Amino acid sequence: MSAALPLSAASGANALLERLPVVLRDGLLGYLPESLRWIVSGLITIAALLAVFGLLFAYLTLAERKLLGRIQNRPGPNRTGWFGLLQPFADAVKALTKEDIVPREADAVLHYLAPVVLVALSLMGFAVLPFGRLLVPVELDSAVLYFFAAGAATELAVFMAGWASRNKYSLLAAMRALAQLISYELPLLLSFVPVIMLAGTLSTTEIVTAQGGWTLGFLPHWHVLTPWGFAGFVIFMIAALAESNRSPFDLPEAESELIAGHLTEYSGFKYALFFMAEYFGMCALSGMAVTLFLGGWQAPCAFLEFIPSYAWFGAKLLALLFGFIWIRATLPRLRMDQLTRLAWKFLVPLALINLGTAAFWFLTAGWSGPLQLVRWAVAVALVVVPFLLLGRRLTAGVAPRTYRYAT
Amino acid sequence: MSLTPEIGGAHVRAVHDEFHGDLLEVSMGPHHPSTHGVFRMIVTLDGETIVKLKPVFGYLHRNHEKLGENTTYLASMPYTDRLDYLNSMSNNWAYALAVEKLAGLAVPERAEYVRVILAELTRLLNHTCLAGFLMQDCGCSGTPLMYAFREREKILDLFESLSGSRMMCNYQRFGGCRVDPPAEWLAGAQRLVDGYSAFLDEFEALLTGNEILMARTQGVGRLDPALAVSAGVAGPMLRATGVGHDLRKVDGYGVYPRFEFRVPVGAHGDTYDRYMIRILEMRESIRILQQALAGLPGGPVMDPKAKLRGFRPKAGEAYGRIEGPKGEIGFYLISDGGPNPYRYRVRPPSFINLTILEDMCLGHTVADAVIILGSVDIVLGEVDR
Repeated sequence: MSAALPLSAASGANALLERLPVVLRDGLLGYLPESLRWIVSGLITIAALLAVFGLLFAYLTLAERKLLGRIQNRPGPNRTGWFGLLQPFADAVKALTKEDIVPREADAVLHYLAPVVLVALSLMGFAVLPFGRLLVPVELDSAVLYFFAAGAATELAVFMAGWASRNKYSLLAAMRALAQLISYELPLLLSFVPVIMLAGTLSTTEIVTAQGGWTLGFLPHWHVLTPWGFAGFVIFMIAALAESNRSPFDLPEAESELIAGHLTEYSGFKYALFFMAEYFGMCALSGMAVTLFLGGWQAPCAFLEFIPSYAWFGAKLLALLFGFIWIRATLPRLRMDQLTRLAWKFLVPLALINLGTAAFWFLTAGWSGPLQLVRWAVAVALVVVPFLLLGRRLTAGVAPRTYRYAT
Repeated sequence: MSLTPEIGGAHVRAVHDEFHGDLLEVSMGPHHPSTHGVFRMIVTLDGETIVKLKPVFGYLHRNHEKLGENTTYLASMPYTDRLDYLNSMSNNWAYALAVEKLAGLAVPERAEYVRVILAELTRLLNHTCLAGFLMQDCGCSGTPLMYAFREREKILDLFESLSGSRMMCNYQRFGGCRVDPPAEWLAGAQRLVDGYSAFLDEFEALLTGNEILMARTQGVGRLDPALAVSAGVAGPMLRATGVGHDLRKVDGYGVYPRFEFRVPVGAHGDTYDRYMIRILEMRESIRILQQALAGLPGGPVMDPKAKLRGFRPKAGEAYGRIEGPKGEIGFYLISDGGPNPYRYRVRPPSFINLTILEDMCLGHTVADAVIILGSVDIVLGEVDR
């Protein structure tokens, strides 16, 4: 972890809370010989990440079930502990004690490896997320590139699962998963290219720093509050939904069509591992969205800066995760061809046009006064007009109908 | 690993031209989350496109028709509950109608009104569930289904308080109804009917205009009116193709001619039309219910001349049919003067509507087949009998 960043406008209490995780770690390290510190420091970071996101995964499953329940007029799990708070542990015990069935025809090695590889790869992205002002597990100059490379490798594990199961549903699901993940990789990557263009760096820390500061003390300089940034954020989140196989893009595990997709032949804890990977992927992509577009750990207003930066990161992360769950509770699922059409004919062109919008924004950075209004108007038009035109083409032939009555 | 494993290999037709690889045969069901019971579709896929679909059923066969020939007329009444177990009230009525025709029994006016009220409540129940299940098949994570089930429970509570059972009501009798609905029950029904439009508005606000839903269902599973008519398809399935055939208007059985209602018809015959026709039918059902509850006359609910014990209609035959929620449900009875029917035959709308499944599914994808099946609205208890 690096402690290189200056603490701007930080009071004493703020600094203490802000530094608390680092102070704790350094305190622990103080008892160790110098030669062991670097490796223990790394292990502590890994352990902290696993603990925080492991627990977040556990309670996210509960939150998802509770929220879905509330949205659907039912209480959700409430039998285990207060308000069902022990439900994740009951689920874990259940998953661990269940028989682990490997189909006779399956490729046993690949069948075993797939969930392990998937979880391992989905954890790798966390290494470069700046969770707080002082909490960046690994400082990488090409952090964004690394993050998406690690994320793209999870597709391999999904296909491994589908192929190794030797089940026709699993195989269909694996084909769907590959088509979907490859289609959405492109808009996902294109959507944040403007951020890199404007920030001029691939380092997540510097991208967050670039979004610091406030206009008038309460308008943050987050990328999402610019026309190109908003468009990029929306494209990013749609692609992130698809990348993490969440509804309405949950085709690979489409329950009503393919039973459980590539998970059909998995049981016990391996099955739980797939869910863990899904939630880790969701958290990592949300964390990246927070970093790229929502100002990372920056507070939304200057006077709220006394709250530690990691709390802001967590709050933004949870808000995005809530969005994931809300969307899941609301929307029907797309069909495979509609899914790919949405990616190639709508999101990719929009993301490409957005590059132009960002370039315009970059070139006109010096405009001020009334020219500032012109700048906003042109940028908004560059986002909205293609959206409307492409959207009309996308939904062509689909319209509400009126009905006649037989006499 | 080959795409066509040895299991079930006999069914697999491999096409080795230069554009197609092997076809993949997938057995969907009888243990599949979305086949609506123990129904099985053997689909042959080219990629994800269906080139052949073979429905397999009979897993729930319970010898219903032979049982009907070996039990008394009255003893068959509870068995009819178990045909289409969502709509026992409608099944009861169709069977009672057939026996009443056979024996020449009259039904008191109050009983006719009660039957209309219960049949229309059943229609609300069935269409609400269907809409919920169809949305589930479209991939909604349970929200529409839970909304639908909330309303279904209210109707089932009414059924339970009237007949003693939620789903297996066994309520109709030859010549009337088993018990007279008390005033409190009617007030409860009135409350439910008054609130139902609001539920439908809420449901439609969530779904009807949703682009994903429209893209998934419009133009999918198109049914040709000529094919529908020649296959004997009935009910909302038939009306969605544009044929305005509704037994409530055609036969005018019971007291339906006294009520003012319209029959919505579709123009495309696709899955979206089948969904919308059911929503619109529910709105008409609410109108019928309002009129029936307002105009409910007094008097007995049972023909005093009808006898339950030692019931032996004279020799002859009769066919009684009503417009059930799923289509024309009919019972054909031949009496030889004995206590049991000589022949007992059911016209199950689910089964006949299912026969054109392959015609609707060919050329669509697996995902479409699931929602097409969902929009047919089958209950396996009725298909397999």
